[in-house]
Amino acid sequence: MIHQYQNNGYNIVLDVNSGAVHVVDQAAYDVIGALERQNGAHTPETLRAPKTADGLRSELEDRYSREDIEDILDEVIALTEEGRLFTQDVYEGNIDEVKQRKTVVKALCLHIAHDCNLACRYCFAEEGEYHGRRALMSYEVGKKALDFLIAHSGKRRNLEVDFFGGEPLMNWQVVKDLVAYGREQEKIHDKHFRFTLTTNGVLLNDGIQEFVNREMDNVVLSLDGRKEVNDRMRPFRNGKGSYDLIVPKFQKLAESRDQQKYYIRGTFTRNNLDFSNDVLHFAQLGFEQISIEPVVGDDTDPYAIRSEDLPAIFREYDRLAKIMVDREREGRGFTFFHFMIDLEGGPCVSKRLSGCGSGTEYLAVTPWGDLYPCHQFVGQEEFLMGNVDEGIVRPEIADEFRGCSVYSKENCRKCFARFYCSGGCMANSYKFHHTINDTYEVSCEMERKRVECAIMIKAALADRAV
Amino acid sequence: MEHIKTLNTQTLNNTVKKGGCGECQTSCQSACKTSCTVGNQTCENRK
Repeated sequence: MIHQYQNNGYNIVLDVNSGAVHVVDQAAYDVIGALERQNGAHTPETLRAPKTADGLRSELEDRYSREDIEDILDEVIALTEEGRLFTQDVYEGNIDEVKQRKTVVKALCLHIAHDCNLACRYCFAEEGEYHGRRALMSYEVGKKALDFLIAHSGKRRNLEVDFFGGEPLMNWQVVKDLVAYGREQEKIHDKHFRFTLTTNGVLLNDGIQEFVNREMDNVVLSLDGRKEVNDRMRPFRNGKGSYDLIVPKFQKLAESRDQQKYYIRGTFTRNNLDFSNDVLHFAQLGFEQISIEPVVGDDTDPYAIRSEDLPAIFREYDRLAKIMVDREREGRGFTFFHFMIDLEGGPCVSKRLSGCGSGTEYLAVTPWGDLYPCHQFVGQEEFLMGNVDEGIVRPEIADEFRGCSVYSKENCRKCFARFYCSGGCMANSYKFHHTINDTYEVSCEMERKRVECAIMIKAALADRAV
Repeated sequence: MEHIKTLNTQTLNNTVKKGGCGECQTSCQSACKTSCTVGNQTCENRK
Protein backbone atom coordinates (compact mmCIF):
# COMPACT_ATOMS: atom_id res chain seq x y z
CA MET A 1 0.00 0.00 0.00
CA ILE A 2 1.33 3.37 -1.02
CA HIS A 3 0.19 6.76 0.16
CA GLN A 4 1.36 9.76 -1.78
CA TYR A 5 0.66 13.42 -1.20
CA GLN A 6 2.00 16.88 -1.88
CA ASN A 7 2.62 19.32 0.92
CA ASN A 8 4.59 22.57 1.10
CA GLY A 9 6.14 21.90 -2.29
CA TYR A 10 7.30 18.37 -1.45
CA ASN A 11 6.14 15.23 -3.26
CA ILE A 12 6.04 12.52 -0.65
CA VAL A 13 5.57 8.80 -1.08
CA LEU A 14 4.96 6.70 2.00
CA ASP A 15 5.29 2.97 1.64
CA VAL A 16 2.79 2.15 4.35
CA ASN A 17 3.81 -1.35 5.31
CA SER A 18 7.55 -0.75 5.51
CA GLY A 19 7.29 2.81 6.81
CA ALA A 20 9.80 3.92 4.16
CA VAL A 21 9.42 7.59 3.24
CA HIS A 22 10.51 8.84 -0.16
CA VAL A 23 10.75 12.41 -1.40
CA VAL A 24 10.39 12.35 -5.16
CA ASP A 25 10.29 14.68 -8.15
CA GLN A 26 7.06 15.25 -10.04
CA ALA A 27 7.85 12.62 -12.67
CA ALA A 28 8.51 9.91 -10.08
CA TYR A 29 5.40 11.01 -8.19
CA ASP A 30 3.30 10.45 -11.27
CA VAL A 31 5.00 7.19 -12.22
CA ILE A 32 4.52 5.70 -8.76
CA GLY A 33 0.90 6.85 -8.77
CA ALA A 34 0.32 5.18 -12.12
CA LEU A 35 2.00 1.98 -10.92
CA GLU A 36 -0.18 1.90 -7.80
CA ARG A 37 -3.30 2.28 -9.94
CA GLN A 38 -2.08 -0.52 -12.20
CA ASN A 39 -1.47 -2.95 -9.39
CA GLY A 40 -1.28 -2.13 -5.71
CA ALA A 41 0.48 -5.44 -5.11
CA HIS A 42 3.31 -4.96 -7.58
CA THR A 43 6.37 -7.16 -7.08
CA PRO A 44 9.80 -6.81 -8.74
CA GLU A 45 8.61 -9.40 -11.24
CA THR A 46 5.39 -7.63 -12.20
CA LEU A 47 7.27 -4.32 -12.35
CA ARG A 48 9.71 -5.86 -14.85
CA ALA A 49 6.95 -7.26 -17.03
CA PRO A 50 6.89 -5.50 -20.43
CA LYS A 51 3.24 -4.56 -20.06
CA THR A 52 4.08 -2.48 -16.96
CA ALA A 53 6.46 -0.21 -18.86
CA ASP A 54 4.05 -0.15 -21.81
CA GLY A 55 1.24 0.96 -19.52
CA LEU A 56 3.37 3.72 -18.02
CA ARG A 57 4.43 5.00 -21.41
CA SER A 58 0.92 5.13 -22.75
CA GLU A 59 -0.28 7.00 -19.66
CA LEU A 60 2.64 9.39 -19.18
CA GLU A 61 4.45 9.73 -22.49
CA ASP A 62 2.87 13.08 -23.23
CA ARG A 63 4.40 14.50 -20.03
CA TYR A 64 7.72 12.71 -19.55
CA SER A 65 10.42 11.31 -21.80
CA ARG A 66 10.68 7.60 -22.37
CA GLU A 67 14.13 7.70 -20.78
CA ASP A 68 12.88 9.37 -17.61
CA ILE A 69 10.03 6.89 -17.25
CA GLU A 70 12.42 3.97 -17.64
CA ASP A 71 14.95 5.43 -15.20
CA ILE A 72 12.26 5.93 -12.61
CA LEU A 73 10.91 2.43 -13.13
CA ASP A 74 14.43 1.08 -12.51
CA GLU A 75 14.61 3.03 -9.25
CA VAL A 76 11.18 1.74 -8.22
CA ILE A 77 12.22 -1.85 -8.95
CA ALA A 78 15.39 -1.45 -6.87
CA LEU A 79 13.43 -0.04 -3.92
CA THR A 80 10.82 -2.76 -4.21
CA GLU A 81 13.55 -5.39 -4.11
CA GLU A 82 14.91 -3.73 -0.95
CA GLY A 83 11.48 -3.85 0.70
CA ARG A 84 10.91 -0.09 0.59
CA LEU A 85 8.16 0.18 -1.99
CA PHE A 86 5.10 -1.93 -2.72
CA THR A 87 5.67 -3.95 0.42
CA GLN A 88 2.76 -6.05 1.55
CA ASP A 89 1.24 -6.15 5.01
CA VAL A 90 2.89 -9.23 6.47
CA TYR A 91 2.07 -8.33 10.04
CA GLU A 92 -1.49 -9.58 10.15
CA GLY A 93 -0.05 -13.08 10.47
CA ASN A 94 1.48 -11.96 13.77
CA ILE A 95 -1.73 -10.61 15.17
CA ASP A 96 -2.80 -13.82 16.90
CA GLU A 97 0.52 -13.81 18.68
CA VAL A 98 -0.05 -10.20 19.71
CA LYS A 99 -3.58 -10.94 20.89
CA GLN A 100 -2.54 -13.96 22.90
CA ARG A 101 0.55 -12.37 24.38
CA LYS A 102 0.88 -12.31 28.11
CA THR A 103 0.82 -8.66 29.06
CA VAL A 104 2.08 -7.05 32.21
CA VAL A 105 0.84 -3.85 33.78
CA LYS A 106 3.47 -1.18 33.24
CA ALA A 107 1.65 2.08 33.80
CA LEU A 108 -0.95 3.48 36.13
CA CYS A 109 -2.87 6.70 35.96
CA LEU A 110 -3.54 7.57 39.59
CA HIS A 111 -6.60 9.74 40.03
CA ILE A 112 -5.12 11.38 43.03
CA ALA A 113 -7.93 13.91 43.31
CA HIS A 114 -11.41 13.80 41.89
CA ASP A 115 -11.75 17.47 42.52
CA CYS A 116 -10.54 20.56 40.74
CA ASN A 117 -10.05 24.24 41.40
CA LEU A 118 -10.90 25.11 37.81
CA ALA A 119 -14.16 24.50 35.97
CA CYS A 120 -13.00 23.87 32.41
CA ARG A 121 -16.00 23.74 30.15
CA TYR A 122 -14.88 20.74 28.10
CA CYS A 123 -13.58 18.59 30.97
CA PHE A 124 -14.28 14.90 30.37
CA ALA A 125 -13.94 14.49 34.11
CA GLU A 126 -16.82 16.90 34.71
CA GLU A 127 -14.84 19.40 36.77
CA GLY A 128 -12.85 16.55 38.23
CA GLU A 129 -15.72 14.50 39.55
CA TYR A 130 -15.92 11.82 36.82
CA HIS A 131 -19.66 11.31 36.99
CA GLY A 132 -19.25 10.53 40.68
CA ARG A 133 -18.44 12.24 43.91
CA ARG A 134 -15.58 14.48 44.90
CA ALA A 135 -12.84 12.50 46.54
CA LEU A 136 -9.13 12.50 47.30
CA MET A 137 -7.02 9.34 47.09
CA SER A 138 -5.69 8.27 50.46
CA TYR A 139 -2.06 7.28 50.98
CA GLU A 140 -3.21 3.73 51.76
CA VAL A 141 -5.05 3.35 48.45
CA GLY A 142 -2.11 4.87 46.57
CA LYS A 143 0.31 2.48 48.25
CA LYS A 144 -1.83 -0.49 47.28
CA ALA A 145 -1.92 0.80 43.71
CA LEU A 146 1.90 0.94 43.56
CA ASP A 147 2.08 -2.53 45.13
CA PHE A 148 -0.39 -3.78 42.52
CA LEU A 149 1.74 -2.28 39.75
CA ILE A 150 4.93 -3.86 41.03
CA ALA A 151 3.24 -7.23 41.51
CA HIS A 152 1.78 -7.27 37.98
CA SER A 153 4.74 -5.82 36.11
CA GLY A 154 6.63 -9.06 35.50
CA LYS A 155 10.16 -8.43 34.31
CA ARG A 156 9.42 -4.93 33.10
CA ARG A 157 11.76 -2.59 34.93
CA ASN A 158 10.51 0.88 33.99
CA LEU A 159 7.14 1.55 35.58
CA GLU A 160 5.14 4.67 34.85
CA VAL A 161 2.85 6.44 37.24
CA ASP A 162 0.94 9.56 36.30
CA PHE A 163 -0.49 11.69 39.06
CA PHE A 164 -3.68 12.81 37.44
CA GLY A 165 -7.00 14.29 38.45
CA GLY A 166 -9.00 16.41 38.70
CA GLU A 167 -6.14 18.45 39.98
CA PRO A 168 -3.45 16.43 41.76
CA LEU A 169 -1.95 19.42 43.55
CA MET A 170 -5.15 19.45 45.65
CA ASN A 171 -3.82 16.26 47.26
CA TRP A 172 -0.13 17.10 47.15
CA GLN A 173 0.99 15.53 50.42
CA VAL A 174 -0.25 12.15 49.24
CA VAL A 175 1.64 12.61 45.94
CA LYS A 176 4.85 13.32 47.85
CA ASP A 177 4.32 10.39 50.18
CA LEU A 178 3.63 8.03 47.29
CA VAL A 179 6.77 9.13 45.47
CA ALA A 180 8.76 8.40 48.65
CA TYR A 181 7.08 4.99 48.94
CA GLY A 182 7.78 4.26 45.27
CA ARG A 183 11.45 5.17 45.63
CA GLU A 184 11.73 2.82 48.59
CA GLN A 185 9.99 -0.03 46.79
CA GLU A 186 11.91 0.30 43.53
CA LYS A 187 15.13 -0.56 45.34
CA ILE A 188 13.59 -3.65 46.90
CA HIS A 189 12.08 -4.93 43.64
CA ASP A 190 14.68 -3.69 41.12
CA LYS A 191 12.21 -1.42 39.39
CA HIS A 192 12.39 2.17 38.29
CA PHE A 193 9.40 4.47 38.65
CA ARG A 194 8.94 7.21 36.13
CA PHE A 195 6.56 9.66 37.71
CA THR A 196 4.55 12.20 35.77
CA LEU A 197 2.41 15.03 37.06
CA THR A 198 -0.45 16.56 35.10
CA THR A 199 -1.46 19.88 36.60
CA ASN A 200 -3.39 23.06 35.93
CA GLY A 201 -0.77 25.02 37.87
CA VAL A 202 -3.13 26.94 40.14
CA LEU A 203 -1.42 25.72 43.31
CA LEU A 204 2.09 25.52 41.89
CA ASN A 205 4.72 27.14 44.12
CA ASP A 206 8.49 27.03 44.63
CA GLY A 207 8.36 24.05 46.97
CA ILE A 208 6.26 22.01 44.58
CA GLN A 209 8.47 23.05 41.69
CA GLU A 210 11.57 21.88 43.47
CA PHE A 211 9.98 18.51 44.25
CA VAL A 212 8.66 18.12 40.70
CA ASN A 213 12.08 18.82 39.23
CA ARG A 214 13.70 16.31 41.51
CA GLU A 215 11.20 13.48 41.14
CA MET A 216 9.05 13.80 38.04
CA ASP A 217 10.25 12.42 34.72
CA ASN A 218 7.66 14.47 32.92
CA VAL A 219 5.21 17.17 33.82
CA VAL A 220 2.18 18.09 31.77
CA LEU A 221 1.09 21.71 32.22
CA SER A 222 -2.45 22.46 31.17
CA LEU A 223 -3.05 25.76 29.38
CA ASP A 224 -4.94 26.43 26.17
CA GLY A 225 -2.99 29.23 24.53
CA ARG A 226 -3.90 32.87 24.10
CA LYS A 227 -5.42 34.56 27.14
CA GLU A 228 -8.89 34.98 25.65
CA VAL A 229 -8.91 31.38 24.40
CA ASN A 230 -7.71 29.95 27.68
CA ASP A 231 -9.95 32.03 29.90
CA ARG A 232 -13.07 31.25 27.91
CA MET A 233 -12.67 27.49 28.42
CA ARG A 234 -10.56 27.29 31.59
CA PRO A 235 -12.14 29.60 34.16
CA PHE A 236 -12.14 29.29 37.92
CA ARG A 237 -15.39 28.18 39.45
CA ASN A 238 -16.28 31.83 39.97
CA GLY A 239 -15.94 32.44 36.23
CA LYS A 240 -12.67 34.38 36.42
CA GLY A 241 -9.98 33.45 33.91
CA SER A 242 -6.92 31.44 34.96
CA TYR A 243 -4.32 32.62 32.43
CA ASP A 244 -2.77 35.51 34.40
CA LEU A 245 -2.19 33.42 37.51
CA ILE A 246 -0.86 30.35 35.76
CA VAL A 247 1.35 31.52 32.88
CA PRO A 248 4.19 32.99 34.99
CA LYS A 249 4.29 29.83 37.11
CA PHE A 250 4.50 27.60 34.06
CA GLN A 251 7.18 29.77 32.45
CA LYS A 252 9.25 29.57 35.60
CA LEU A 253 8.81 25.81 35.88
CA ALA A 254 9.72 25.20 32.23
CA GLU A 255 12.87 27.29 32.57
CA SER A 256 13.81 25.55 35.79
CA ARG A 257 13.67 22.23 33.90
CA ASP A 258 15.91 23.62 31.14
CA GLN A 259 12.95 23.45 28.77
CA GLN A 260 13.05 19.66 28.89
CA LYS A 261 10.83 16.84 30.11
CA TYR A 262 7.59 18.75 30.20
CA TYR A 263 4.75 19.67 27.88
CA ILE A 264 2.65 22.75 27.90
CA ARG A 265 -0.57 21.10 26.84
CA GLY A 266 -3.70 22.70 25.53
CA THR A 267 -6.99 21.69 24.00
CA PHE A 268 -8.46 23.41 20.99
CA THR A 269 -12.17 23.57 20.29
CA ARG A 270 -14.31 24.94 17.50
CA ASN A 271 -14.07 28.26 19.35
CA ASN A 272 -10.42 28.53 18.30
CA LEU A 273 -10.05 26.76 15.00
CA ASP A 274 -7.14 29.14 14.38
CA PHE A 275 -5.25 27.16 17.02
CA SER A 276 -1.90 27.49 15.25
CA ASN A 277 -1.89 30.95 16.83
CA ASP A 278 -2.16 29.33 20.25
CA VAL A 279 0.76 27.06 19.50
CA LEU A 280 2.77 30.08 18.37
CA HIS A 281 1.65 32.00 21.43
CA PHE A 282 3.19 29.26 23.56
CA ALA A 283 6.40 29.59 21.56
CA GLN A 284 6.33 33.36 22.08
CA LEU A 285 5.97 32.79 25.81
CA GLY A 286 9.21 30.80 25.62
CA PHE A 287 7.83 27.27 25.83
CA GLU A 288 9.71 24.73 23.72
CA GLN A 289 7.71 21.53 24.38
CA ILE A 290 4.21 22.11 23.13
CA SER A 291 1.10 20.00 22.72
CA ILE A 292 -2.31 21.22 21.65
CA GLU A 293 -4.91 18.69 20.71
CA PRO A 294 -8.51 18.69 19.59
CA VAL A 295 -11.29 18.55 22.12
CA VAL A 296 -13.46 15.45 22.12
CA GLY A 297 -16.99 16.54 22.85
CA ASP A 298 -20.53 15.32 22.29
CA ASP A 299 -22.17 16.33 19.04
CA THR A 300 -24.45 18.58 21.06
CA ASP A 301 -21.59 20.49 22.70
CA PRO A 302 -21.23 23.86 21.00
CA TYR A 303 -17.44 23.70 21.26
CA ALA A 304 -17.11 20.17 19.78
CA ILE A 305 -15.17 19.70 16.55
CA ARG A 306 -17.47 18.88 13.64
CA SER A 307 -16.62 17.30 10.33
CA GLU A 308 -17.27 20.62 8.57
CA ASP A 309 -14.46 22.15 10.64
CA LEU A 310 -11.88 19.80 9.17
CA PRO A 311 -10.79 21.90 6.16
CA ALA A 312 -10.01 24.84 8.47
CA ILE A 313 -8.16 22.54 10.87
CA PHE A 314 -6.12 21.07 8.02
CA ARG A 315 -5.13 24.58 6.92
CA GLU A 316 -4.00 25.30 10.47
CA TYR A 317 -1.84 22.17 10.64
CA ASP A 318 -0.32 23.04 7.26
CA ARG A 319 0.41 26.59 8.38
CA LEU A 320 1.91 25.42 11.63
CA ALA A 321 4.10 22.84 9.90
CA LYS A 322 5.49 25.43 7.48
CA ILE A 323 6.20 27.90 10.27
CA MET A 324 7.92 25.19 12.29
CA VAL A 325 10.21 24.37 9.36
CA ASP A 326 11.12 28.05 9.01
CA ARG A 327 11.74 28.48 12.70
CA GLU A 328 13.83 25.32 12.89
CA ARG A 329 16.02 26.60 10.08
CA GLU A 330 16.38 29.91 11.91
CA GLY A 331 17.44 28.12 15.09
CA ARG A 332 14.20 29.01 16.88
CA GLY A 333 12.58 25.60 16.68
CA PHE A 334 10.19 24.05 19.15
CA THR A 335 8.62 20.64 19.58
CA PHE A 336 4.96 20.12 18.75
CA PHE A 337 3.89 16.80 20.25
CA HIS A 338 1.55 15.81 17.43
CA PHE A 339 4.17 16.42 14.75
CA MET A 340 6.77 14.30 16.49
CA ILE A 341 7.69 11.31 14.40
CA ASP A 342 10.73 9.14 14.61
CA LEU A 343 11.31 7.63 11.18
CA GLU A 344 14.44 5.78 12.26
CA GLY A 345 13.91 4.76 15.86
CA GLY A 346 10.16 4.66 16.32
CA PRO A 347 8.22 1.89 17.98
CA CYS A 348 8.46 -1.70 16.80
CA VAL A 349 5.68 -3.37 14.83
CA SER A 350 4.51 -5.23 17.91
CA LYS A 351 3.85 -1.92 19.66
CA ARG A 352 2.21 -0.43 16.59
CA LEU A 353 -0.13 -3.38 16.29
CA SER A 354 -1.12 -3.46 19.93
CA GLY A 355 -1.93 0.23 20.37
CA CYS A 356 -1.96 2.36 23.48
CA GLY A 357 -2.11 -0.49 26.00
CA SER A 358 -5.24 0.67 27.80
CA GLY A 359 -7.00 -2.09 29.71
CA THR A 360 -3.93 -4.30 29.66
CA GLU A 361 -0.63 -2.49 30.20
CA TYR A 362 -2.14 0.77 31.33
CA LEU A 363 -4.88 1.16 33.93
CA ALA A 364 -6.49 4.03 35.77
CA VAL A 365 -7.04 3.97 39.53
CA THR A 366 -9.83 5.98 41.14
CA PRO A 367 -9.43 7.71 44.53
CA TRP A 368 -11.11 4.74 46.20
CA GLY A 369 -8.97 2.18 44.38
CA ASP A 370 -11.18 0.98 41.53
CA LEU A 371 -9.42 -0.07 38.34
CA TYR A 372 -10.54 1.04 34.88
CA PRO A 373 -8.98 0.50 31.41
CA CYS A 374 -7.89 4.14 31.26
CA HIS A 375 -8.67 7.55 32.68
CA GLN A 376 -11.35 8.18 30.07
CA PHE A 377 -13.39 5.14 31.10
CA VAL A 378 -13.43 6.07 34.78
CA GLY A 379 -16.96 6.28 36.08
CA GLN A 380 -18.43 4.04 33.36
CA GLU A 381 -19.43 1.07 35.46
CA GLU A 382 -19.46 -1.39 32.57
CA PHE A 383 -15.67 -0.93 32.41
CA LEU A 384 -14.96 -1.38 36.12
CA MET A 385 -12.27 -4.09 36.04
CA GLY A 386 -11.44 -4.59 39.70
CA ASN A 387 -9.76 -2.76 42.52
CA VAL A 388 -6.40 -2.48 44.24
CA ASP A 389 -7.44 -4.91 47.01
CA GLU A 390 -8.67 -7.78 44.84
CA GLY A 391 -6.84 -7.00 41.60
CA ILE A 392 -8.51 -7.61 38.23
CA VAL A 393 -11.82 -9.33 38.91
CA ARG A 394 -13.19 -8.99 35.38
CA PRO A 395 -10.38 -10.26 33.14
CA GLU A 396 -12.77 -10.43 30.20
CA ILE A 397 -12.51 -6.65 29.96
CA ALA A 398 -8.73 -6.89 29.63
CA ASP A 399 -9.21 -9.63 27.01
CA GLU A 400 -11.46 -7.38 24.99
CA PHE A 401 -8.88 -4.58 25.02
CA ARG A 402 -6.07 -7.01 24.25
CA GLY A 403 -7.93 -8.20 21.18
CA CYS A 404 -8.28 -4.69 19.83
CA SER A 405 -5.84 -3.85 17.03
CA VAL A 406 -5.61 -2.18 13.65
CA TYR A 407 -6.89 -5.45 12.19
CA SER A 408 -9.99 -5.56 14.36
CA LYS A 409 -11.11 -2.20 12.99
CA GLU A 410 -12.38 -2.21 9.44
CA ASN A 411 -11.55 1.45 8.82
CA CYS A 412 -7.91 0.94 9.79
CA ARG A 413 -7.31 -1.70 7.14
CA LYS A 414 -7.51 0.85 4.36
CA CYS A 415 -5.88 3.71 6.28
CA PHE A 416 -2.29 4.73 5.54
CA ALA A 417 -1.80 6.06 9.09
CA ARG A 418 -2.66 2.83 10.90
CA PHE A 419 0.91 2.17 12.04
CA TYR A 420 1.20 5.69 13.51
CA CYS A 421 -1.96 5.89 15.61
CA SER A 422 -2.23 2.10 16.08
CA GLY A 423 -5.97 2.13 15.71
CA GLY A 424 -6.72 5.30 17.59
CA CYS A 425 -8.25 5.94 20.97
CA MET A 426 -10.54 3.18 22.19
CA ALA A 427 -12.33 5.56 24.55
CA ASN A 428 -13.21 7.79 21.62
CA SER A 429 -14.45 4.79 19.66
CA TYR A 430 -16.65 3.74 22.56
CA LYS A 431 -17.94 7.26 23.08
CA PHE A 432 -19.19 7.55 19.52
CA HIS A 433 -19.96 3.95 18.54
CA HIS A 434 -20.43 2.03 21.83
CA THR A 435 -17.70 -0.39 20.84
CA ILE A 436 -13.95 -0.15 21.28
CA ASN A 437 -13.46 -1.84 17.90
CA ASP A 438 -14.39 1.10 15.75
CA THR A 439 -12.86 4.47 14.94
CA TYR A 440 -13.89 8.07 15.49
CA GLU A 441 -13.61 9.39 11.96
CA VAL A 442 -13.20 13.10 12.78
CA SER A 443 -10.23 12.21 14.93
CA CYS A 444 -8.85 9.88 12.23
CA GLU A 445 -8.99 12.66 9.64
CA MET A 446 -6.96 14.93 11.90
CA GLU A 447 -4.48 12.18 12.71
CA ARG A 448 -3.88 11.51 9.02
CA LYS A 449 -3.24 15.19 8.45
CA ARG A 450 -0.82 15.37 11.35
CA VAL A 451 1.14 12.38 10.08
CA GLU A 452 1.39 14.00 6.66
CA CYS A 453 2.63 17.26 8.18
CA ALA A 454 5.10 15.49 10.44
CA ILE A 455 6.63 13.65 7.51
CA MET A 456 6.73 16.83 5.43
CA ILE A 457 8.71 18.53 8.19
CA LYS A 458 11.23 15.68 8.09
CA ALA A 459 11.44 16.00 4.32
CA ALA A 460 11.95 19.76 4.49
CA LEU A 461 14.61 19.58 7.17
CA ALA A 462 16.45 16.89 5.19
CA ASP A 463 16.38 19.13 2.15
CA ARG A 464 19.79 20.75 2.29
CA ALA A 465 19.37 22.44 -1.06
CA VAL A 466 16.90 24.89 0.45
CA MET B 1 18.86 7.56 -7.29
CA GLU B 2 18.05 10.55 -9.35
CA HIS B 3 14.31 10.90 -8.98
CA ILE B 4 13.68 9.32 -5.58
CA LYS B 5 15.31 10.23 -2.29
CA THR B 6 14.58 7.92 0.63
CA LEU B 7 14.52 9.58 4.04
CA ASN B 8 14.89 6.62 6.36
CA THR B 9 17.03 3.53 6.50
CA GLN B 10 15.01 1.54 9.03
CA THR B 11 11.89 -0.27 7.95
CA LEU B 12 9.09 -1.67 10.06
CA ASN B 13 9.79 -5.16 8.79
CA ASN B 14 13.15 -5.07 10.54
CA THR B 15 11.45 -4.65 13.89
CA VAL B 16 9.27 -7.74 13.67
CA LYS B 17 11.82 -10.12 15.13
CA LYS B 18 13.62 -7.80 17.53
CA GLY B 19 10.62 -5.89 18.85
CA GLY B 20 8.08 -6.48 21.54
CA CYS B 21 10.22 -6.04 24.65
CA GLY B 22 7.56 -3.77 26.15
CA GLU B 23 9.93 -1.36 27.86
CA CYS B 24 8.62 1.61 25.89
CA GLN B 25 6.48 4.32 27.38
CA THR B 26 2.72 3.96 27.46
CA SER B 27 1.44 6.47 24.96
CA CYS B 28 -1.13 8.27 27.09
CA GLN B 29 1.44 8.90 29.80
CA SER B 30 3.21 11.47 27.68
CA ALA B 31 1.06 14.40 26.76
CA CYS B 32 -2.05 13.34 25.00
CA LYS B 33 -4.71 11.79 27.26
CA THR B 34 -7.42 12.21 24.64
CA SER B 35 -6.00 10.75 21.46
CA CYS B 36 -3.64 8.00 20.45
CA THR B 37 -0.14 8.80 19.33
CA VAL B 38 1.93 5.66 19.27
CA GLY B 39 3.98 6.48 16.17
CA ASN B 40 5.79 9.39 17.76
CA GLN B 41 7.23 7.35 20.58
CA THR B 42 10.79 6.19 20.80
CA CYS B 43 11.96 2.60 21.08
CA GLU B 44 13.71 2.06 24.42
CA ASN B 45 15.80 -0.68 22.89
CA ARG B 46 17.58 1.61 20.48
CA LYS B 47 18.54 4.30 22.94
